[in-house]
Amino acid sequence: MAAALRIAGLKKSFGGLPAIADVTLEVAEGERRLIIGPNGAGKTTLFNLLTGDLSRDAGSITLFGEEVARLSTWRRCHRGLARTYQIITLFPKDTLEHNVALSLLGLSRRRWSMFGRLPASFYADAREVLARVGLEKVASRPIAEVAYGEKRRVEIAMALAQKPRVLLLDEPLAGLSREERGQLKSLIAGIPRETTVVMIEHDMDTALDLADRITVLHYGRVIVEGTRAEVVADPKTREVYLGH
Amino acid sequence: MQYWAIQTLNSLALGGLLFLLAAGFSLIFGLMRIANLTHGALFMLGAYIGVSVMRQWPNLWFAALAAGAAVAIFGGLLERFILRQIGGNVLGQVLVTLGVSFIIADACLLTWGGDPIPIPTPPLLQMPVRIGSFIFPAYRLAVVGIAVVVAIALYLLMERTRLGAMIRAGVDDPQMASAVGIPVSRLFSTVFCLGAALAGAGGVIGGPILSAYPGLDADMLPLALIVVILGGAGSLLGAFVGAFITGFVYTFGVALLPDLAYVILFLPMILVIAFRPRGLFGKFAA
Repeated sequence: MAAALRIAGLKKSFGGLPAIADVTLEVAEGERRLIIGPNGAGKTTLFNLLTGDLSRDAGSITLFGEEVARLSTWRRCHRGLARTYQIITLFPKDTLEHNVALSLLGLSRRRWSMFGRLPASFYADAREVLARVGLEKVASRPIAEVAYGEKRRVEIAMALAQKPRVLLLDEPLAGLSREERGQLKSLIAGIPRETTVVMIEHDMDTALDLADRITVLHYGRVIVEGTRAEVVADPKTREVYLGH
Repeated sequence: MQYWAIQTLNSLALGGLLFLLAAGFSLIFGLMRIANLTHGALFMLGAYIGVSVMRQWPNLWFAALAAGAAVAIFGGLLERFILRQIGGNVLGQVLVTLGVSFIIADACLLTWGGDPIPIPTPPLLQMPVRIGSFIFPAYRLAVVGIAVVVAIALYLLMERTRLGAMIRAGVDDPQMASAVGIPVSRLFSTVFCLGAALAGAGGVIGGPILSAYPGLDADMLPLALIVVILGGAGSLLGAFVGAFITGFVYTFGVALLPDLAYVILFLPMILVIAFRPRGLFGKFAA
């Protein structure tokens, strides 16, 4: 299978402290990749470099064969890269459907119209996506009025509405109840294989079931990569997590 | 009684002018998170460009449009070729805008000289208007009307259009807006041009009341800052309410307690920063 995402020699330091010391990895088209590692391993920094929220010091990032490391965040989004954030970032005063409609507007060629309203079709599509994530009943409520777990699902709905080719999920299960985690797990499992999914997650019980392959990051480097069985059996994984 | 009525109208007219100046200032502040200290200079530059245009074509409204367009182009170039180069360095950007404002001030002095240049009132608005037992200068009433029309137009732009939806998203959360594919850097340019255009046109529209003179920039910039801090950065409603509050406080402060005019003006701003840093309607602390 062709590579959806190829990262080579990626480096990023903050004030001389390397957050991403040297990362090289490849994610195949349609794959579900789980990225794990202890706190400070550089997982979210890696996502920020992939999306352009941070600029790299060195290395290359290729999306479906195109080098995107020099592109701005919004241009990478237009190339099919979508993400959710570790800390929920939504437009809090707007409704759920307006948030999703905004993500459709971001990709629309007609977005610069000075005089046009957001098309009704955007809201129709937004409601359809919200129904997919089980939020159709609260679609017209402001973000600030819905529960934390629902906000997590809105973030995913915003990303899915864009029909991304690669979706980055940064700790999507964090802070959710057991029941909500189960719902979100089903939602992620149901994402069609046309979308490649790369996920950071600490909830191993849930996340390992979703992953085709797993990458373990430690101090900004890939130390183990493989299938679930390979990673679990690798002594380096145990060393990182248990210290022996 | 006539005195109070006139002071009230003067307050409203100054509030209207301040809205034209501060609306763009507030949007730029809200979106780019920088205080654009060239804004007073752009207002003055607009007034001087209006003077030159009116020497060829003596029509204030045409001069306001021409000055607005010229200052918008200047603002766009400033954003694209200077501010964007140092993006992320907020302090550097603010200092650059301060430096550019000094350069504009000197360039205006060199080009148009040091004497105040009056800008004539349009003939149709030179006659006073009688409302009940009061007589008002028609032009000042017109300025209030223009400010209200511009406020409505900006409201419709922000609330009813795709461009407005993108700008509001950018003001709320530039990182998230960028992540969903909204070209925030282009929004910066668009809003900077819009703000500069309003400041430039405002300079011409304010001309018949204020004239064009060296130091107009330094007189207007603190007032714009007060408006944005009172009203809240990034909020059009805040700019509108803040402009009229500032217009009243300044006009009546100067009329009633001239020795304490600046104390009366700046004290509310200090209290707002201390106790409500987001201002009346702001999205974040200024």
